[in-house]
Amino acid sequence: MYIPDLLPRLLGGDRRALARAISLAEQGGPASRALLAAVYPHTGQAHVVGITGPPGAGKSTLVNALALEWRRRDRTVGIVAVDPTSPFSGGAVLGDRIRMQPLGGDPGVFIRSMASRGRLGGLSRATADAVALIDAAGFQVVIIETVGAGQGEVDIARTAQTTIVVEVPGMGDDVQSIKAGVLEIADLFVVNKADREGADKTVRQLRSMQRLGAPPADGWEPPVLPAVATSGQGITEIVESAGQHAVHLRAGGGADARARATAEGELRAAVQELAIERLRGPAWDALVAQIAARQNNPYSAAEELLRGL
Amino acid sequence: MERTIRVLVAKPGLDGHDRGAKVIARALRDAGMEVIYTGLQQTPQMIVEAALQEDVDVIGLSILSGAHMTLLPKISRLLRDQQMDDVLVVAGGIISDEDAITLKGEHGIAAVFGPGSNTNDIVGFIRTNAGIARDS
Ligand code: B12
Ligand SMILES: Nc1nc2c(ncn2[C@@H]2O[C@H](COP(=O)(O)OP(=O)(O)OP(=O)(O)O)[C@@H](O)[C@H]2O)c(=O)[nH]1
Ligand SMILES: [Mg+2]
Repeated sequence: MYIPDLLPRLLGGDRRALARAISLAEQGGPASRALLAAVYPHTGQAHVVGITGPPGAGKSTLVNALALEWRRRDRTVGIVAVDPTSPFSGGAVLGDRIRMQPLGGDPGVFIRSMASRGRLGGLSRATADAVALIDAAGFQVVIIETVGAGQGEVDIARTAQTTIVVEVPGMGDDVQSIKAGVLEIADLFVVNKADREGADKTVRQLRSMQRLGAPPADGWEPPVLPAVATSGQGITEIVESAGQHAVHLRAGGGADARARATAEGELRAAVQELAIERLRGPAWDALVAQIAARQNNPYSAAEELLRGL
Repeated sequence: MERTIRVLVAKPGLDGHDRGAKVIARALRDAGMEVIYTGLQQTPQMIVEAALQEDVDVIGLSILSGAHMTLLPKISRLLRDQQMDDVLVVAGGIISDEDAITLKGEHGIAAVFGPGSNTNDIVGFIRTNAGIARDS
């Protein structure tokens, strides 16, 4: 498939073109940047929802249940599921699709698995690009599942409009176990596996923790919702609440602030990628050797490189 | 820049033997590939659609149920219909030599690896043959 053909086919909703375009974005480089630049004007239509939380909390199962509910409401759904790359081999086993089998065969759903490829923070370098491509292909809701973590993966809050933090009962008995970073990024808390003992307690703890903090600056009090992703219990409430959050963002002007934060993140990433790509070469290699030999330092070396840009 | 090889490992049909598929998934990961594992009980349609969305270079089918002569040709046919002939298809599990010859000769399966196959050989075959027909 030639790259010039990709754009019109992608915008027309062609699934194979979309799949190829995401691969191109993952690879990076000039062709990828040209495509993303052309696609950008066609983005910003989808409601982008992030799902984060500890490993095994039920994120993929929840994504499946939420997507089924959005499909029932006639919204098309794109999904990007990120799993960790092995630091030893550079390979990965991406298993999130196993929980999303009920979505198979529905032309209103597109699922893409991505490996983190060395990036920390719960997403991969190209996750935001993949979201933009899926958005441009016309999907109305885009769900991102982060790598299982729950230590305050702020990357997701920069990429998603609505961030859902998933907790499970019995994650630790005191409030301390829920990290401050996660509290700050959550627009919605879901206490999944509410069929298990201790769910009420976890819900109560999260609520009382919210009361301890300062009232939310943007006037949105993140709800704490219990759910059983495996049975579908509590799912409609989450979908309703996510929808209300999107309305709140648009109405309260919060959408502008989010869009600016997202844009800044995107610009920062693009500058970094381009600058490093241009600066790599013999001079770069020589400076790396000098720093390793303690004959130079990273700060002076960076200044020297950037002067030549 | 070298592309990372992406492989879909799938179990077609009503076959619960998943040890081999998991062994292969792990071996390919350890060889630096990205493996999308879709789990049990996949129909040929589900497998081809997942391969399309994931834009994989390789589909690895693990089948020990005896239904390979109906399911595997069906998958190849669907791939042809979608113009996805550039995807390398390999299979493993309980498949007789005779069936393997037919699958390779007539149904677009590039290689068949039976019980006791060395995972290094499988990794080597995929490395050599993946993505050759791919245009971008
Ligand atoms: C363990 C086992 C089971 C376990 C499975 C556990 C599990 N979760 O996997 C249990 C006890 C559940 C089981 C049940 C049954 N089993 Co059973 N089982 C076996 C046994 C003894 C070993 C299979 C195994 O795990 N091998 C270890 C793995 C690592 O080897 P492998 O899968 O062959 O994989 C290697 C290669 O084949 C290849 N490979 C495999 N997949 C792939 C994929 C790719 C992409 C590539 C490149 C390579 C590749 O590489 C691997 C590494 O070398 C085999 C006999 C045998 N010797 O093979 C029978 C066997 C497969 N079972 C058989 C049968 C009949 C059944 C049952 C129907 C029995 C019954 N009547 O209830 C049930 C069906 C269950 C179901 N839902 O499908 C028959 C199948 C006959 C046939 N196809 O004609 C066999 C062959 C036994 C026999 N001689 O009759 N079984
Ligand atoms: N009891 C119970 N089990 C659940 C629930 N939701 C998910 N599970 C189970 O929890 C296990 C993990 O689910 P996943 O959806 O794979 O979890 P995940 O958070 O995506 O996991 P990673 O992606 O590996 O971090 C599976 O066995 C699910 O069936 C629930 O509401 N109740
Ligand atoms: Mg998951």
